[in-house]
Amino acid sequence: MTSVITEPLGCSDAPILKERGQREVFCGLTGIVWLHRKMQDAFFLVVGSRTCAHLLQSAAGVMIFAEPRFGTAIMEEKDLAGLADANEELDREVDRLLARRPDIKQLFLVGSCPSEVIKLDLSRAAERLTDRHGPHVQVVNYSGSGIETTFTQGEDACLAALVPTLGVTADKQLMLVGSLPDVVEDQFVRLFKAMGIEAVRSFPATERGLAPKVGPGTKVLLAQPFLGDAAAALAARDADILSAPFPFGADGTAAWISIGARAMGVPQARIDAVLETPHRRASNAVAKVAQNLRGKTVFLFPDSQLEIPLARFLARECGMIPIEVGSPYIHGSLVADDLALLPKGPLISEGQDVDRQLDRARDARPDLTVCGLGLANPLEAEGLTTKWAIELVFSPIHGFEQAADLAELFARPIRRRAMIDSMHPARVTA
Amino acid sequence: MKLSVWTYEGPPHVGAMRVATGMTGLHYVLHAPQGDTYADLLFTMIERRNHRPPVTYTTFQARDLGSDTADLFKQTCMDAYERFRPQALIVGASCTAELIQDDPGGLAARMGLPVPVIPLELPSYQRKENWGASETFFQIVRHLAKPCAPTAGLTCNILGGTALGFRHRDDVAEITRLLEGLGIGVNVAAPLGASPADIARLPAAEFNVMLYPEIAEPACRWLEREHGQKYTRTVPIGVGATRDFVAEVAEITGMAPPVRADESQLRLPWWSASVDSTYLTGKRVFIFGDGTHALAAARVARDEMGFEVVGLGCYNREFARDIRAAAKDYGVTPLITDDYLDVEAAIEQVQPEMILGTQMERHIGKRLGIPCAVISAPVHVQDFPARYSPVMGHEGANVLFDTWVHPLVMGLEEHLLHMFREDFEFHDDAGPSHLSGHAKPAPKLEIVPDAPAPEGAFIWAIDAEKELRKIPFFVRGKARRNTETFAAERGIEAISIETLYDAKAHYAR
Ligand code: SF4
Repeated sequence: MTSVITEPLGCSDAPILKERGQREVFCGLTGIVWLHRKMQDAFFLVVGSRTCAHLLQSAAGVMIFAEPRFGTAIMEEKDLAGLADANEELDREVDRLLARRPDIKQLFLVGSCPSEVIKLDLSRAAERLTDRHGPHVQVVNYSGSGIETTFTQGEDACLAALVPTLGVTADKQLMLVGSLPDVVEDQFVRLFKAMGIEAVRSFPATERGLAPKVGPGTKVLLAQPFLGDAAAALAARDADILSAPFPFGADGTAAWISIGARAMGVPQARIDAVLETPHRRASNAVAKVAQNLRGKTVFLFPDSQLEIPLARFLARECGMIPIEVGSPYIHGSLVADDLALLPKGPLISEGQDVDRQLDRARDARPDLTVCGLGLANPLEAEGLTTKWAIELVFSPIHGFEQAADLAELFARPIRRRAMIDSMHPARVTA
Repeated sequence: MKLSVWTYEGPPHVGAMRVATGMTGLHYVLHAPQGDTYADLLFTMIERRNHRPPVTYTTFQARDLGSDTADLFKQTCMDAYERFRPQALIVGASCTAELIQDDPGGLAARMGLPVPVIPLELPSYQRKENWGASETFFQIVRHLAKPCAPTAGLTCNILGGTALGFRHRDDVAEITRLLEGLGIGVNVAAPLGASPADIARLPAAEFNVMLYPEIAEPACRWLEREHGQKYTRTVPIGVGATRDFVAEVAEITGMAPPVRADESQLRLPWWSASVDSTYLTGKRVFIFGDGTHALAAARVARDEMGFEVVGLGCYNREFARDIRAAAKDYGVTPLITDDYLDVEAAIEQVQPEMILGTQMERHIGKRLGIPCAVISAPVHVQDFPARYSPVMGHEGANVLFDTWVHPLVMGLEEHLLHMFREDFEFHDDAGPSHLSGHAKPAPKLEIVPDAPAPEGAFIWAIDAEKELRKIPFFVRGKARRNTETFAAERGIEAISIETLYDAKAHYAR
């Protein structure tokens, strides 16, 4: 069952096309949309501009809550004039916010492009505000700015900033890193427990009081491929970062769990015994959905850094043929296993020059194009079938029980395109 | 610094994008970091546009700062020109690029591109989306409009429609039709649907229709000053305003009075007069939106639907004066704010029976269990219907009637609810039958006899509470509030059935 990771082939040595042109991607602020739902006693305060506020609002879409646990301190003309004033203003806004929201136990000051360009020092501000509002509230800062971070890198920066706040332990434990939907996390924890591993911790935790400790006995299993800085910060705290393919699809999940369990000393026979049923169930479910995907070509625009592991899943478990696999940034060491498992063939690209990439997609005319929301409808209007990448970040897609759902996310647009072509062979686009 | 959760307007460069995306043959080079490309999805997703907005972003990164962001801008400008070959370019900075002061306008001007390059100065830390759109359109007109011979027949320009505007596509079509009925052709509609070449021939028309003052006013003023074109001030939303608009057009063009449009397709007056609409009488509505749409909605609500306006406000300060004047006329306190929490508090306080607002108020209404119809931007995907759905002119008036009445409990249905409210099918939680799951009842009253009343609250006798519960949910909030106000004014601390009915009699209308 674990043989999947021993095959020495794939795209390990494939050349990477590095692009440095116009990028069509979100900035790291966007991560707040899912992070604030995971960390239920945290407030994310962006120190930025009206653009940042508008981005968050647009990315959050219709999810309008009465008062969500995020907001933007919008800088105005006078904040730009003097940093002293800007700091004073920030303190005042934080005082007000915390007075109104006594339920908040962690406050993230999130840097933006404007706050970085004017060199507003949010780490100093976080220290100052911790002195003022601690210990009830822990204030931490990180950057989600578009000049420093791309989309999911915001979560990486957030978690990396949290690592120094974690307590110390030398106990042997397995730490799952990356904010997963609770349902997925619970599934993983159940499987590890069935193998006899009791010490499974999640990072980030749902509440500050439940934050894990870290130390030399900690085995870190990354649930997301974009957590390079967080992994480095944990390694600096003596944790052991495990190398594994990411838990997408039946085989990917089996390999990922096995590596975690082996690191915790569970014998292979026991691992296989626990995984056998869910693995088979997931493989069968994926196979059914994949009937629609077999032999179809797929082109992935850079978006979330999930592209390489997803392409591996689509190629190996769904029989798709990746043409181009774009990623905004490639953490070579983190995706090494997935690259090795990705069959040779696709162009691997890092960064973006969106117009040139669009030209390549138009030339290739893939059966499915995975791209951002800004590109989807225009490409549909040109006759390409698309899948919005953002859904891959907002939906539960990890693990055995979600493997078929993940395949379905790609299969549905293809089925729909066939329906549309038969219902509306001639159509005018808006 | 001001903490903001949801905003009514985006930054000013998004306004510029709305102008550019509405036009053809124009390209916008925007000096901005990668994350700002989110704005594309507003157009491709919310408005379902089949093209990417004609915007090229430089997407500079931290490593570019201080070294070659200016070169990056020039390179991007050149590439965009080569690839898209527009008739004209607009260039500018977003909030971050404004801070690094590369002067995109100056850089682009010195590149010697063979097409007009229009620099935009949109101060991101002072101004917002509507202002950005109006300034952009003004600059485009100022740079491109040229003196030209008048058109053959009597024509006007229709100015102000943009991409991502609330019903702009259909308003422009409807007003075009209305004007054609008066024998007036449309020379150019802009920015929506116009190219730079079209902008050049704006002065050929006799006059301008200022369809959306928020966007077209500076351009209209300039065209009047430089090219002698008069412009209309009336925004033709509703029956009365459309008639006033026709009269204004007649006056500008010197038509002999009385000039009246063919109103055979105008149904609002009869729909409002028909007996089913009796129940609309005095419905208390709270109105909030951009200045133009809020003012127009207030007039229609009171003078054409027979509602009572109990709140009026706008989020764009540029219209504060007009809103204040109108609020006086309606006898309400004007609400000028871009903080949606203030709007929510105001709505909660006056407990209207309906909200006419934006997408934000729709969410407020959902939370408070008050029906809401959307009358203004900010918009969401459902505000771009597939069907023809203007809010201006005659069909616009018909559309307003339908969309405002729809969220309310239907006339006959309301009577039934009163009569059969104990009946299982007409229980409290049953909203309008045609809107399953829409109406949320007011919070359930828990009658806990021994629990002390919360501080500052009134003590309701148990039987008074029970009586209150017999009042249908959609007026119960108001009944409670009225009773408590009545009690407070008279120093009554414990509310009995008598107090409830005294108050009811007092407020009877
Ligand atoms: S890219 Fe920068 S300025 Fe734009 S929304 Fe993101 S943090 Fe704000």
